[in-house]
Amino acid sequence: MDLWNTFMTRKEDIWIAFQEHIMLAGIAMIIAIIIAVPLGVLLTRTPKLAEPIIGLAALIQTIPSLALLGFMLPIFGIGKTPAIIALTLYALLPILRNTYTGILGVDSSLVDAGKGMGMTSSQILLKVELPLTLPIIMAGVRTATVLTIGVAALATFIGAGGLGDLIDRGLRVADKNLILAGAIPAAILAIIFDFALKKLESKVTPKGLKN
Amino acid sequence: MIRFENVKKQYQDGFTALKNIDFEVKKGELLTLIGPSGCGKTTTMRMINRLIEPTEGKIYIDGQDISQLNPVELRRNIGYVIQQIGLFPHMTIEQNISLVPKLKKWEEKRYLARVDELLELVGLDPSVFKHRYPSELSGGQQQRVGVIRALAAEPEIILMDEPFSALDPISREQLQDDIVRLHEEINKTIVFVTHDMDEALKISSRIAIMKDGEIIQLDTPDKILRHPANDFVRGFIGKERMKKHTDDVLVPTAEDLMTTSTVTSSPRKGLAEAFKQMKDYKVDSLILIDRNKNFEGLVTLQKIEEHYKNEDLTLSAIKEENALTIQMNASVQEVAEIFHENNIGLIPVLDGERLAGIITRSSMMRGLAEWKLNE
Repeated sequence: MDLWNTFMTRKEDIWIAFQEHIMLAGIAMIIAIIIAVPLGVLLTRTPKLAEPIIGLAALIQTIPSLALLGFMLPIFGIGKTPAIIALTLYALLPILRNTYTGILGVDSSLVDAGKGMGMTSSQILLKVELPLTLPIIMAGVRTATVLTIGVAALATFIGAGGLGDLIDRGLRVADKNLILAGAIPAAILAIIFDFALKKLESKVTPKGLKN
Repeated sequence: MIRFENVKKQYQDGFTALKNIDFEVKKGELLTLIGPSGCGKTTTMRMINRLIEPTEGKIYIDGQDISQLNPVELRRNIGYVIQQIGLFPHMTIEQNISLVPKLKKWEEKRYLARVDELLELVGLDPSVFKHRYPSELSGGQQQRVGVIRALAAEPEIILMDEPFSALDPISREQLQDDIVRLHEEINKTIVFVTHDMDEALKISSRIAIMKDGEIIQLDTPDKILRHPANDFVRGFIGKERMKKHTDDVLVPTAEDLMTTSTVTSSPRKGLAEAFKQMKDYKVDSLILIDRNKNFEGLVTLQKIEEHYKNEDLTLSAIKEENALTIQMNASVQEVAEIFHENNIGLIPVLDGERLAGIITRSSMMRGLAEWKLNE
């Protein structure tokens, strides 16, 4: 009952934090997709660069999320911008790696057939490679989104707001209801996005590949 | 129609895939490139639509040097069928077939009509199949679509790279029949790569047999069966096929009539030694060979007896200079003629320079009898 009261009395705070949280994660995801998908495609065309760049993305991923946010402080200060930059860096790897391996995984005989039939390399990319890779790229986006929503809860420590604010405040005053008021919406958010993206993933899977 | 002039392909690691290939594909013919793997047949074919560029030499289509053409445009005017079929799994049959016409900016009405026409041509009901996806078709049906996709934009030239080798035997037979029929109906120039000699004999106007980056023989199936250029071609065709395809025309050769149990000697041997050898083996001639089994000549018992008293002579001094010999692939008629026109007891049979055996009158009779039995 106390939890319910906390939710009711704090509903405006929660709503604002919820919106901030979506905004942080959402902007970071959009930027990550805009960078990682073309980069992934580019890496399949320049195999020499692939190893070091994917290695770098993997390296960023190994940095503990709180530490990564901490690194942002001296460079970009506090607030939303450094948080979004950190979240973007964090989201790059799953998308980049799935795009890269997805395109490389396209049956080489299809690329040969397309080339032999007189498709240009951009036509092969847009009409053959990307449509066939889209489900794999979407799987990467889904992984990255759930990850980003989770990490965004830590963004409060560099003053970026979000549901992490409520959790942090709850921890400081040892109010478990307040902690849950931040944690439950964050969990729901992750579950909803995971579900929605899963639907989208199956929607972008070409019909001919489903059975 | 398509002409190769001194075309050579060497890879950076120094491997020479093609050594100065020179040939022409005539308009409307179905030319098969055949040979063991690594002989350069696929490389040759893929040069026609510039998927591989030659290191040296020129390729002309209708007199035009293709290295001067835009490769993408060139490929849109050449049909291409591959072994792995290569239908796009995310596109319907209709979308797959109309892909090149769309690239060539055909009007929708025209290419849709073309899809129906082509599906009917290979016995696939358009209303059933055109909205299906490749995964909903059997392997044989998929490759039928693969073939008509190559025909879609009405190219003058079609390249086929082992298109049927991954199919089951029944589908393969059917598709070969389809190709023969299509080739007669549409009269396109087709270059077909295969490693299956039966397939090549069945469908080809002409066959180019390749080995180690060279064309060993280029001729009609019939000519190749009757006159294989060398042992490699003969081996590649196989004896059974030569018999099957040429029926009564095939005759026994010297190889069939000879015996390999020959009594040989070195030209440096003395006469007494030779005399004893002939007595031991009960023969009246000795075949002289060198260390490499190359034929050196022939000595008769009569000659040895004539010179027997001269102890310093060796066999090479008394050998028959112009002994009649015959090659392994000589026909039975040639053998019979030699026996008929010369009073000799045996004919050495040579494989190039080397002694392969001898034909005597009795070995000839035995050979003919065995030949008849094997038939």
